[in-house]
Amino acid sequence: MENGVFKKEELERYSRHLILPKFGIEGQQKLKHTKVLVIGSGGLGAPLLLYLAAAGIGKIGIVDFDVVDDSNLQRQVLFTVDDVGKPKVEVAKKRLEALNPHIQIEAFNERLASDNVERIFKSYDIVADGTDNFPTRYLINDACYFYGKVNVSASIFRFEGQVSVYNYLNEDGSRGPNYRDLYPEPPPPGLVPSCAEGGVIGVLPGIIGSLQANEVIKVAANIGEPLVGKLLVFDALTLDSRVFKFEKNKDNPVSGTNPSINELIDYEAHCGIIKTEKKSTEVKEKSVEELKKMKDGQEDFQLIDVREQHEYDIVNIDGKLIPLGDILQHASEISREKPVIVHCRSGVRSATAIAQLEKEFGFENLYNLKGGVLAYADEIDPSLPKY
Amino acid sequence: MARIIIPTPLRKFTKDESTFFSSKKNVLEAIEELSSFYPEIKNNLFDEDNKLRSFVKVFVGDKDYNSLQEKDIELQDDTVVSIIPAIAGGTGK
Repeated sequence: MENGVFKKEELERYSRHLILPKFGIEGQQKLKHTKVLVIGSGGLGAPLLLYLAAAGIGKIGIVDFDVVDDSNLQRQVLFTVDDVGKPKVEVAKKRLEALNPHIQIEAFNERLASDNVERIFKSYDIVADGTDNFPTRYLINDACYFYGKVNVSASIFRFEGQVSVYNYLNEDGSRGPNYRDLYPEPPPPGLVPSCAEGGVIGVLPGIIGSLQANEVIKVAANIGEPLVGKLLVFDALTLDSRVFKFEKNKDNPVSGTNPSINELIDYEAHCGIIKTEKKSTEVKEKSVEELKKMKDGQEDFQLIDVREQHEYDIVNIDGKLIPLGDILQHASEISREKPVIVHCRSGVRSATAIAQLEKEFGFENLYNLKGGVLAYADEIDPSLPKY
Repeated sequence: MARIIIPTPLRKFTKDESTFFSSKKNVLEAIEELSSFYPEIKNNLFDEDNKLRSFVKVFVGDKDYNSLQEKDIELQDDTVVSIIPAIAGGTGK
C-alpha cells in the first residue's frame, strides 16, 4: 500500500509519528520534503544526524573534513573503533543509509569556507550548526543571513550547552534574530579557552544534539514554538536548563541598521586566527627529529612543557612543566645559556609562550617544538598516547 | 542579595565557584563587584573602555540586559543575573 508520498515500509517506519496528534501524516510529509544541512559530524552531529535520519528528513547533507580519531569515540556515537582513520562524512553516510534507506544523504568531505558555502548551502532549507570553532560559526551565521536559511545552532563546552534557532522565517516573511544579535563579534583568541582548558563531558553533546534535532524537526514540521529569539542554556552538572530571551540588535554588523559586513569575509582573520598563526611562524622552531637527536646526543638543553598538569598526566616527554598562564612568573627558571625547546600539545601555545618570553624578557635561545607532543608521538615514539 | 551565575568557561577565574552573591542594587555595579572580588575575570567581561565584551551577554532573569529600558534596573534579593559567553566547542580556536 502506498499513499502517494510514502511507501508501505515508510508508513510502517513512521507510524509513531503518524499517530501523533498535531503531527500525523502531514507532519511526516513536511519532514520528507525538507532538506537539512548538518555542519560538523562530531559530538553534536552524531545524535543530530541519527535522529534526523531516523525521523525521515528527506535529504540530509553532512559537511566535515575530519577523519575519525580515537579521541572522538568518547562522545561521537556514530563511529566505532573500525572507523578510526576514515573520513567522518563517509562513515556517517553509510551508517545513516543503513538506518533509513528512504532518505537521501549527501556527503561533503571538505572544510566549510567562504568560497564553497554558497555551493554547499544551495539546495538546503535548514542549516544545523554543530561545529566546534568560532570562525565556522560566524561564517554559518552570515551565510544563513545572506542566503536566507534557517540556522538551528548548538554549541557545547565542558559541562554546558547552548541551543537556539537563528534567522527563522516568520509568517510575515521577516527573519528572526541571528547569532550576531546575541554576540556581534567573536572573542579574540587570547580570551577563548584553549584546547587544554576545553574538553567536554561525553554525554553532553548527546543531550544538546538531541535538543538540536528536536528544533530542526519542529521547524521542518512547523509545530510547537522553536527557540526563536531564545537561547537555551543547559548545565549538565546541575541539570539546570534556562531559556533567555533576546531581540534583534541594531548594532548587528550583518543585519543591523548600519551593517558593516555586507558579504562573506575571511572568518579566520575575523576571529584573529591568522594573527596567531603568523606569530607562531615568527618564532624559531625545532622538529621532533631534531629534539630526538638532541636527546640521543646528550646535548645540554632544557625542555619546557607549557601544557596543563592534567595534560601532562596523560602523556609527557620529560619536559619541565610550566603552564602557559604561569610562564612569565616562572621566567627565571628558564635557562638563558643553553638551547631551550618549548612544547605543548600541537605547537600553538608553546609559540605563544615563546613570543611572550621574548617580548617581556628578551630571550633569544627559545625554540618551538613543531607539532608538539602529538608530532613526537606520531614520528618518534608511537607508544605515547595522543589526546 | 542578588545571585550572579558564573558560566563554566569563566569559572577558572572564580576558583570554580558557580555563583556570586552581590548586595549591589545595580546590575553593572554587581558585575563590577564580582570583577573586584575575582580580578582575573575582569578582562574577560569588560574591554579597554570598560564596556561589556561583544561575546558576553548578561541576562537579568530571562531578559537581555542590553535590551532593558531601565539600565539601572534595581536588583532584588531573588534576582538572578546570568553571564552567558559565546561558546564554540573544545578546540580552542
